[in-house]
Amino acid sequence: MSGFLLRRLLQAIPVLLVVITLAFFLVRLAPGGPFDAERAVPPEVLKSLNARYHLDDPWQRQYLDYLGTVLQGDLGPSYKYPGRSVNEILAAGFPVTLELGCYALLVALVVGIGAGIAAAMHPRRWIDHGAMTVAMAGICLPTFVMGPLLVLVFSVWLEWLPVSGWGYLPGDKILPSLTLGFAYAAYIARLTRAGMLEVLQQDFIRTARAKGVPEFTIVMQHALRGGMLPVISFLGPALAGLLSGSFVVETLFQIPGLGRYYIQAAFNRDYTLILGTTIFLAVLIVLFNLLADLLAYWLDPRLRRTPAR
Amino acid sequence: MPAHLPTVVICLLLLSACDSHESNLESGARDQILHLGNGDEPQDLDPQTVTGLPENAIIMALFEGLVSKHPADLGIQPRVAERWTVSADQRSYTFHIRPDARWSNGEPLTAADFVWSWQRALMPALGNPYAYMFYSIRNAGDFHHGRVTDFGQVGIHAPDAHTLVVELKEPVPYFLQLLDHHSFYPVHPGTIARFGGIAERGTLWTRPGNLVGNGAFVLDQWQLNRILTVKRNRFYWDAKNVRLNGIHFYPIAVASTEERMYRAGQLHVTFRVPTEKIAVYRTRDPVSLRITPYLGTYFYRLNVSVPPLNDARVRRALTLALDRKQIVEHITLGGQIPAASLTPPGTAGYTPDVSVSYDPDQARALLTAAGFPGGRGFPQLELMFNSDELHRKIATAVQQMWSRELGIQVALTSQDWKVQISRESNLQYQISRASWIGDYVDPTTFLDVFRSDGGNNRTGWINTAYDALLEQAAHTPDPAARLDLLRQAETLLMQEAPIVPLYTFTQVRLVSPQLCGWQPNLLDQHPFKHLWIDATGKGCP
Repeated sequence: MSGFLLRRLLQAIPVLLVVITLAFFLVRLAPGGPFDAERAVPPEVLKSLNARYHLDDPWQRQYLDYLGTVLQGDLGPSYKYPGRSVNEILAAGFPVTLELGCYALLVALVVGIGAGIAAAMHPRRWIDHGAMTVAMAGICLPTFVMGPLLVLVFSVWLEWLPVSGWGYLPGDKILPSLTLGFAYAAYIARLTRAGMLEVLQQDFIRTARAKGVPEFTIVMQHALRGGMLPVISFLGPALAGLLSGSFVVETLFQIPGLGRYYIQAAFNRDYTLILGTTIFLAVLIVLFNLLADLLAYWLDPRLRRTPAR
Repeated sequence: MPAHLPTVVICLLLLSACDSHESNLESGARDQILHLGNGDEPQDLDPQTVTGLPENAIIMALFEGLVSKHPADLGIQPRVAERWTVSADQRSYTFHIRPDARWSNGEPLTAADFVWSWQRALMPALGNPYAYMFYSIRNAGDFHHGRVTDFGQVGIHAPDAHTLVVELKEPVPYFLQLLDHHSFYPVHPGTIARFGGIAERGTLWTRPGNLVGNGAFVLDQWQLNRILTVKRNRFYWDAKNVRLNGIHFYPIAVASTEERMYRAGQLHVTFRVPTEKIAVYRTRDPVSLRITPYLGTYFYRLNVSVPPLNDARVRRALTLALDRKQIVEHITLGGQIPAASLTPPGTAGYTPDVSVSYDPDQARALLTAAGFPGGRGFPQLELMFNSDELHRKIATAVQQMWSRELGIQVALTSQDWKVQISRESNLQYQISRASWIGDYVDPTTFLDVFRSDGGNNRTGWINTAYDALLEQAAHTPDPAARLDLLRQAETLLMQEAPIVPLYTFTQVRLVSPQLCGWQPNLLDQHPFKHLWIDATGKGCP
């Protein structure tokens, strides 16, 4: 177990190094620089800006300097927001993204697993078809359609919930959490249903039923544990996706999270902010995949018996 | 039952929020707090390093210059300077700083503070993008380029604490207007020194708790990408005439989100209006919709260094073949004005020659004369624009008009903003979308762009006669004669046609009827000290 953990952590180092190196040179290869604007910056101003941020050094020198500061945990200053360090921007944005991601995951799990179980318990009946149709619609309906629809109904027509914001007006966290959560709930519902159906057809379930174990106990204690495996392996990437890919929801609802910076930094050629968010998210993705593997390892006895990959 | 669990959870979530909360408009009217959509997150709040409209709006609340423009007619009004005199040769301005002018920490604001601030603005290491605005002051340009190192030689002096003398190289008819630009605002020497060097960018002096200004408001909170708030400055010299208690600035990147916030009573003023919503507001809520002419022009740059655009007849043909009225009436929809010149007509009493704007017959004749009768043999051109739905629609209309009137084919390319600017700067394009917003109300803020050595020219167009006319105008004290020279320059620009003007901008905003004192003007400047909120909307004059 600890060998497995150590091996996975060691594997992460070259992965992160490749990510940093690729991102570092790719952003510099993209046409345009951080200080280009429709209104051209006078040459002498550009010179002083490039000198201030050492952008006039050769690339390999910049790269080594950058690696050096990153190793010390300093992601450098933002070019777009002078006076703000990338660390500060990430520290301000990540808690918001994390909170949004957790609420959305909660919505996704409660709605998704609930609908999945209901469907699996009544296969090919109306409740199954209904739940799966809704799930299919949830997968197909992008958040930028779902979000404004929810806002139109609950904020503009019914006037129950605020249109946008995060922690500013009471109830303003509900619609973004639902919007982001529904997209994942749909996947989870389908995965739960498939996993449950597979388990419910197995011999040990038939034995339990023959022994007269109540259906509720069979589902919740025996079937659910096995049926959850596909959901759990989906959770790692899902959580990483929730934390990095909420750009649309954050923009729609005016939420000061990380997703917006990630995209805007690329448009602004804010090299350090692009690199900082990339490194940060790469670390998160590696970490969550590892957690999902550990969880699966713990839940599935078969994995424990064979040597861990 | 697990099947009902999701429904129950969602209902509980919704019910928990169903307590009726007060809207920003309701609390704003009670507390005199203005809620304002402000476009993007401000990059910084240092008046001498920032560009951008969101920064400008906030800085106007926190700082104040020697003079300002009245929102109704843009006439110059005394501010930190209570009065001033101008020498007979129009080259020397003496400003008398009002004795009750104070910084927001209570310290007196003196003429020496202005000298220090303007020296900072001109220091090469600071990288002030607007340093060129100071160049009309004696030796200011040379100081900025490092050719003069002693600031004492620059024409900015403070003979005593309340007198500031500024000497110009040449008379500049719009000099007082420049003083209302944020790069001329005073900054507090002690605060800047406390957080770094005089010419250091991006120090922490602009953070809440640190920033010391001299405007009607002081910085209260700044939560990144969420909100920035300001509150009354009790040391402001005219505090008794300020009616708002505070302003909340929201950085809202998406126009449709902002429009929904306005509809839900979360904002008094929006930064913009989605194009597709303009018609809806015209019929359903015309009182909220405010459309005002704006000092800016939407145009296409033509790269004159590549054939066939190196032939002025071809360029003229392109501009004459466009029916701009169709574009503003069917695409932009916000009351924009078809443009036949770069400078919007009526800028500081200036009327450009707009006699030729849409003439397809002449356009065809010019193209024939250039060797492309009916567009035959004309190579396909590329029209580049930055990714945006409105730019695409306009470009599509232009593409069709050129095809219909001239028989020429144009391919449309949507580009990332920075890629477009980079290609433009390196003259690696044929036709490129552009716009220019005036900094002050005078034709030179537009015409100077296309000087041969202008950093924003980016067309490859070099014309010594044009440069000479602008130079001559700069040395002409008589206002009418000066405007006439500028008109000749613009006529030459339009005949040579390195650009294709399309329309003059309008500013389209949603403004709550509760907000009083909001006056339309060409610069879209709305000094906050003139605004207040009246819940009935009837108290506005």
